[in-house]
Amino acid sequence: MKNSSLLNRIRESRLFLPLGALALILAFDALFLPGFFKLGIIEDPVYGNHLYGNLIDVLNDGAPLALIAIGMTLVIATGGIDLSVGAVIAISGAMGAVLINPILGNQLSLNVEAARNATNTPLPIIVLADLAAGTLCGLWNGLLVTKAKIQPIVATLVLMVAGRGIAQLITNGQIMTIYYTPYFWFGNGFILGLPVSIYIVLAVAILVWVAVRKTSIGLFIESVGTNAKASYYSGINEQNVKLLAYTLCGLCGAIAGLILSSYVHSADANNIGLNYELDAILAVVMGGTLLTGGRFSIFASVVGAMVIWAFTLTVYTLGVPANALLAAKAVLVMVVILLYSDYFRRFLNRLSERKAVQPEVEKGAERGTAN
Amino acid sequence: MAQRIKLFLFSHGPLLTTITVFILAFLIGGWLYPAMKNPQVFFNLFINGGSLLLVSIGMTLVILTKGIDLSVGGVIALTSAASAALLRAGVSPFVVMPLMVIMGVVFGSTLGCIIQFLKVQPFIATLMGLFFARGMAYIISLESVTIRDSFYKSLALTPLHLPLVDAYVYIPTLVGPFMLLVAIYLTYFTRFGRTIYAIGNNEQSALLMGLPVARTKIAVYAFSGLCSALAGIVFSISLLAGYGQFATGMELDAIASVVIGGTALSGGVGGVIGVPFGVLINQTIVSILQFNGTLSSWWTRIGVGALTLIFIGIQSVFYARRKYG
Repeated sequence: MKNSSLLNRIRESRLFLPLGALALILAFDALFLPGFFKLGIIEDPVYGNHLYGNLIDVLNDGAPLALIAIGMTLVIATGGIDLSVGAVIAISGAMGAVLINPILGNQLSLNVEAARNATNTPLPIIVLADLAAGTLCGLWNGLLVTKAKIQPIVATLVLMVAGRGIAQLITNGQIMTIYYTPYFWFGNGFILGLPVSIYIVLAVAILVWVAVRKTSIGLFIESVGTNAKASYYSGINEQNVKLLAYTLCGLCGAIAGLILSSYVHSADANNIGLNYELDAILAVVMGGTLLTGGRFSIFASVVGAMVIWAFTLTVYTLGVPANALLAAKAVLVMVVILLYSDYFRRFLNRLSERKAVQPEVEKGAERGTAN
Repeated sequence: MAQRIKLFLFSHGPLLTTITVFILAFLIGGWLYPAMKNPQVFFNLFINGGSLLLVSIGMTLVILTKGIDLSVGGVIALTSAASAALLRAGVSPFVVMPLMVIMGVVFGSTLGCIIQFLKVQPFIATLMGLFFARGMAYIISLESVTIRDSFYKSLALTPLHLPLVDAYVYIPTLVGPFMLLVAIYLTYFTRFGRTIYAIGNNEQSALLMGLPVARTKIAVYAFSGLCSALAGIVFSISLLAGYGQFATGMELDAIASVVIGGTALSGGVGGVIGVPFGVLINQTIVSILQFNGTLSSWWTRIGVGALTLIFIGIQSVFYARRKYG
């Protein structure tokens, strides 16, 4: 009896599905892609000795998405959505590139200047400006949603359209290349043989987790997502909770933009962070957060992001062109959404009911949380 | 009488604002750049905005039911890539075009079924549709495929001189206005159209009134798919090519045009009549930027984004008393 309740608890856990999916994908890799798990130590003159291999790539490449998924989880938990994350990445990346480069985008860069490896602005200020730009974007979204009462999809859609335009405005329409080595550390550096980005994700995830689980913020977010009106009547400032969620999402987008632009050594306003909206939504959905808002789990979303990158790298290793991956991902989204839909849940419940008749009270409680 | 004028102004406020803004924008353009006074420039707005007009018409119907269709750009890309590939394979254009239309309808109704029966939110289902369609377009061809078919070429290159004014349009340009008439008939004069408004105002009451909610919603998405497929055909004719990268961000332009055209995103309010003006405003901004020459293309995006916001603001002023008053 105790055994089955443990099994039930594992099945009910938020981490069950994403971890299960990750295990499935990795099992597939182990069977069909020999060498996928190969790890090695490379001696790098710039960043010191560090590990390399597909698993490290999954963690490193998935880091920006994981960050965005953290922010997106909070927004979706309040019952909203943020479609502008890709544009926020572009703005934050553009900001960094412009502040670093000693020359403007419309001037030709000379080799002498490129080799100088210098910056116009001290690094801490660059990082702060990056983060401030993204946070401002998030704040703007939040204000549109809470004060102007525009539906989240539309409010963030505006920044999604205009955001990449703003990023182009910042870089003057150029793809700006960055020639400043200390900046590359965020995307390419290593601490104790592991990529820096992993530590950033862990730090942000733990900070957010502490903020939402050890204070009442998380409860507020869930209550606003479940029923905004009821939360308002019970004395929760629904607007501020939403504002906080959108602002944090912008901040997470900014950090992701910092890592991405540092990783590729450039800021391309049109292509950096392209399609991150869908991936982030997919990661959050995979983490078990319902799109209608309510209960959420930060770590499940992070694992969801890793699932997406494990899937992506597997598909790449199989030799599918990058663009065709879109179709595969769309199908993946659909399957995941269907797995979480009420129909499937009911189907699953019916299966488990047939096996063992649960006490009525527990079933009632279950239904209460599911809705 | 004054009361009636006031009522008229209030119920058609956003639409009248849109028309005023369009006329003002065009006059300012003509004042800044005298060449814009040429009647051909006005008709160029229709020629260049042909596919945008088509997808916006489909989008309006979807938005009227309180839904959203983000898949339109993807369907355009898929249609263009598929038709280019089929034409290259030697299939007759008279087979390709109906096939593409059928594909669009099937695609749209599939999305509609997913939304209606599986209870997936419209924007998620159609976002998935967008990526699926674009991915399929890339699977068909990773590079742009040129169309060399003579029928497509004649459609693309034969100008149709207009009576009375010294200007011309092309045959594909007429598809948009034709579908506009169809949509006006559908929304204002049929039971189907009234059901759309009923669903948008309150789906629950529409259901309780015994209206065919499920059928209508699926039909609306199918209609949007049809419009997108037609837009894709128009798009591929005007560029004589097919590519998965075509029409990126078209869904946002379409939503902006619908909003600027006076349709509320909360559903049930507005109509297709405003849509052409939304598209014209969009195209006027583009052509003013082109006439200016020194302003860069990203100002279009920023301008369209800002205009959308402004019009949402205008709508909330006009519609606030109607919905809650």
